[in-house]
Amino acid sequence: MSTPQVVNVTLPALPQGWSADKDFKAVGTLSAGTQRTVEPVGPHFLAHARRKRHHRTFSEDERIQAQHTVKKTEQEDDDDISENEDPMMLSRDAKDWKSQDHYAVLGLSKHRWRATPDQIKRAHRKKVLRHHPDKKAAMGDRDENDSFFKCIQIAAELLQDPVRRRQFDSVDEACEVDPPSKKEVQKGNFFKLWRPVLKAEGRFSRVQPVPELGDENSTQEHVENFYNFWYNFDSWRTFEYLDEDVPDDNENRDQKRHVEKKNANARRKRKTEDITRLRHMVDDLAGMDERIKNFRKAARAGKDKKRLEKEAEAKRLVEEKERARVEEEERKKAADEAAKADREKNKKAKEAAKNASKKNKRVLKGSVKDANYFAESGAPSAAEVDSVLTDVDLIISKIDAEELAGLAERLTAAGKDIPAVKNVYAEESKRLVGAGKLKEGETKTF
Amino acid sequence: MSDAPNGTAAERFAIGISFGNSYSSIARINPEGKAEVIANEEGDRQIPSVLSYIGGEEYHGTQAKAQLIRNSKNTVAYFRDYLGKNFKSIDPTPCHNSAHPQQSDSTVAFSICDGESETPSTVTVSEIATRHMRRLRQSASDFLGKDVNAAVITVPTDFTDAQREALIAATKAAGMEVLQLIHEPVAAVLAYDARPEAVVADKLVVVADLGGTRSDAAVVACRGGMYTILATAHDYELGGATLDKIVIDHFAKEFIKKHKTDPREDARGLAKLKLEGEATKKTLSLGTNASLSIESLADGIDFQSNVNRTRYELLSGKVFAQFTGLIEQVVKKADLDLLDIDQVIFAGGASHTPKIAQLASNIFPETTQILAPSTLVSAINPSELAPRGAAIQASLIQEFDQEDIEQSIHPMVTATTHLKNAIGVEFSSGGATEFKPLMHAETALPARRVAQYNAPKEGGDVLIRVCEGVRDIKVTKPEPKAKEEKPKGDEDDSDFDSDEDDEEETREIVWKTEKPIAELAVKGTKAGSKVELMVHVNPDLGMQITAREVGGQSAVRGAVQSA
Repeated sequence: MSTPQVVNVTLPALPQGWSADKDFKAVGTLSAGTQRTVEPVGPHFLAHARRKRHHRTFSEDERIQAQHTVKKTEQEDDDDISENEDPMMLSRDAKDWKSQDHYAVLGLSKHRWRATPDQIKRAHRKKVLRHHPDKKAAMGDRDENDSFFKCIQIAAELLQDPVRRRQFDSVDEACEVDPPSKKEVQKGNFFKLWRPVLKAEGRFSRVQPVPELGDENSTQEHVENFYNFWYNFDSWRTFEYLDEDVPDDNENRDQKRHVEKKNANARRKRKTEDITRLRHMVDDLAGMDERIKNFRKAARAGKDKKRLEKEAEAKRLVEEKERARVEEEERKKAADEAAKADREKNKKAKEAAKNASKKNKRVLKGSVKDANYFAESGAPSAAEVDSVLTDVDLIISKIDAEELAGLAERLTAAGKDIPAVKNVYAEESKRLVGAGKLKEGETKTF
Repeated sequence: MSDAPNGTAAERFAIGISFGNSYSSIARINPEGKAEVIANEEGDRQIPSVLSYIGGEEYHGTQAKAQLIRNSKNTVAYFRDYLGKNFKSIDPTPCHNSAHPQQSDSTVAFSICDGESETPSTVTVSEIATRHMRRLRQSASDFLGKDVNAAVITVPTDFTDAQREALIAATKAAGMEVLQLIHEPVAAVLAYDARPEAVVADKLVVVADLGGTRSDAAVVACRGGMYTILATAHDYELGGATLDKIVIDHFAKEFIKKHKTDPREDARGLAKLKLEGEATKKTLSLGTNASLSIESLADGIDFQSNVNRTRYELLSGKVFAQFTGLIEQVVKKADLDLLDIDQVIFAGGASHTPKIAQLASNIFPETTQILAPSTLVSAINPSELAPRGAAIQASLIQEFDQEDIEQSIHPMVTATTHLKNAIGVEFSSGGATEFKPLMHAETALPARRVAQYNAPKEGGDVLIRVCEGVRDIKVTKPEPKAKEEKPKGDEDDSDFDSDEDDEEETREIVWKTEKPIAELAVKGTKAGSKVELMVHVNPDLGMQITAREVGGQSAVRGAVQSA
């Protein structure tokens, strides 16, 4: 927008007599604008929005944007693989290369095991450009000492060989982070303290990516997964780098074998030590991890809950049984009592009935006696009496208690009136005959 | 949906989507930084916005469109404009031979068998849109090999807030975050302006978006790369389908002549004719001859015929005139003259038709650029303008937080004062005065323009008169053969020179000084040097004016207070 449009017109010359303060004269004002909506689209609109939102003028915005872009390109150029060189390091002897920090020599001490092969290559080139002996000579440096250049070559050679680089990385002390102590963790930043340790240890894992420690809200699954990983840690860490130099003269083969054997043993020992160390470390970690305790507590609470529930259920069942039993007993008792009362009542009723029928029978017998055994006159003969009584007995035996009571009543009503009594008997016998209980003519008298 | 819907935390991968009634397109910015339209699995760059269901299986795009013949009941098409509307306000005509829209609560729904079962289920239009978007997203993700989770979508200028909300919700349900909805005409302008060879210029553009079922036109003012829509016009009946109908009718008549039956009476015959007719029409946009062959069109009769472009153009003359009429109408609506228009952009599928662009170029002056495939070789495919513009916008705002985007598109930011009249410099040489605009009317404020003018040959002191100017249409009657003197140096691209056809009256743009604003004097310029003038207008219409000789040290500065 700031590129000027070139208009090919000649400006008029200043007329005579024109003058103004500072050569500027405002003559009029702009006519009122129209309100419209700009389409929020396109890079120029975004610039407009940026200006408007941050209240910047055109030139301010341009300057800020320019700064942004400049910064970006600079960073790309810088590449942050150049580091200050320690004068101590510069005066190192290439002979004790085993003790040198190869990354620091190449200026990669910030990156270390994270440095990409490309970075190593570039760093090496950069260092060579600076420290090449020929260059030194050209600079007029009489000092023939090219030991640091040798250090650089050794470092580059080692770091560019993946196998040897791993060996060096395995024992790179500068990368190691000591696990925090229990005291430190108790202050509360468990995750913050342990994360760098795990990161440093995790680089040895053959399985990548290494699961994250997570935070206090991690799921149980995540935490279990994490600890499973660390307890089954598959490490590529080796300790060849710490080997003693094997004498490579052919003079003493036994000595060579001896050293080799010693080295192998030392490696094995170190590896085992490393494994145990890691194991102890993970144990410590797990011991300090509140999450595990919480999960356990939760699990226990869950289990307890289940147990309590079970017990409660059992108790409930027992109680229910007991209650059922008691109820049953009560029911039985009540039934027994009721039966007893019933029996008693029955007995009494029977007795009463018996008494009543006895009485009725007596009435019956008495009535015939009162009716003078239906003899027409005078004292009845024994045969008459006998036949009448037999008949009465017959009737009594044929009728039940109620009919007996009815009969007795009618007989009492008949009183001593002989024909009435006889009539009652006759009716009764007739009814019995009708009912089929008595055969015709069985009762002789009636 | 993606497993990390955690707002901006998850990495955003955005595409541009143009969601049309008839066709949809997806576009992205390729690694070279150019917008490109992505083809779906079937290789279509214009994906029919059609969904079809058979036996619980979903078909999309061209496959679904083919189902319009045999499975029209379970095929949903032309549903974009139903989104977010109630049943009363929709026009169901385009869906005549697909699933019919029905009322469902407050929205529109379709009754289709989209499951295994035979009983049709009611599917709302938002659900359909979601399914459509899901398929588009799937196509884009498959093509790019990355999970696409955000999009910029183009919408017509008359999309209501309810429609916007429904579209955003439907897209969200399909697993894509809507970064922004942008207007189709502006997307088209952006697609052209984002080309590397394009320069930022002040221009007035007419965007003619001739779609499948509807046509829209808009006048867009481009001022320093910012776009303001000045007027819009819509024709909901005019579109590619109107042209299809002409082709269909033509062939149907031919068929009737031969076989005495009207294939249009049979639903299936009509659907077949429609599908093939559209293809024939498309062929005619590319070649001068096109054939049509349909098996078993009606009564089991196979039909084969040809049509040439001249015939087609003759038949569709009236419809073509409607398209140009729409463009004229929108220019009129914006209170502008055809002479004011610097560019006409043809977008939408029907813009492939060569005759439409040719007719439009006839009504505009020769200086007006007509951006259509038939008039300009380097024109972008009209069907791809909207998705490309959307993709460009997506790439611009992809990095932003959602909140940032919302703030940027807030009315507080977008509503701005626009300049009413042009600001320019008046030159008076001898008796004649001449006005050269520097900042055109309808420029969004604040704005800044810089221009360089020649100093007099002999050098010395110069006067710069900054004025407000208006443009007039000067009509010159043809009788006086001697022409009026014409302004030299056609820096304004709207200047119209018409030397050849003298029978008609000549119309040209003349700038007139309306009112002087300020005067500046630059003293002691060297011979043959240039004077640079910078005008800065604040949103409150206050001005800062600076003038200096190019390469010179001292500058003349001054401010003009707002009225």
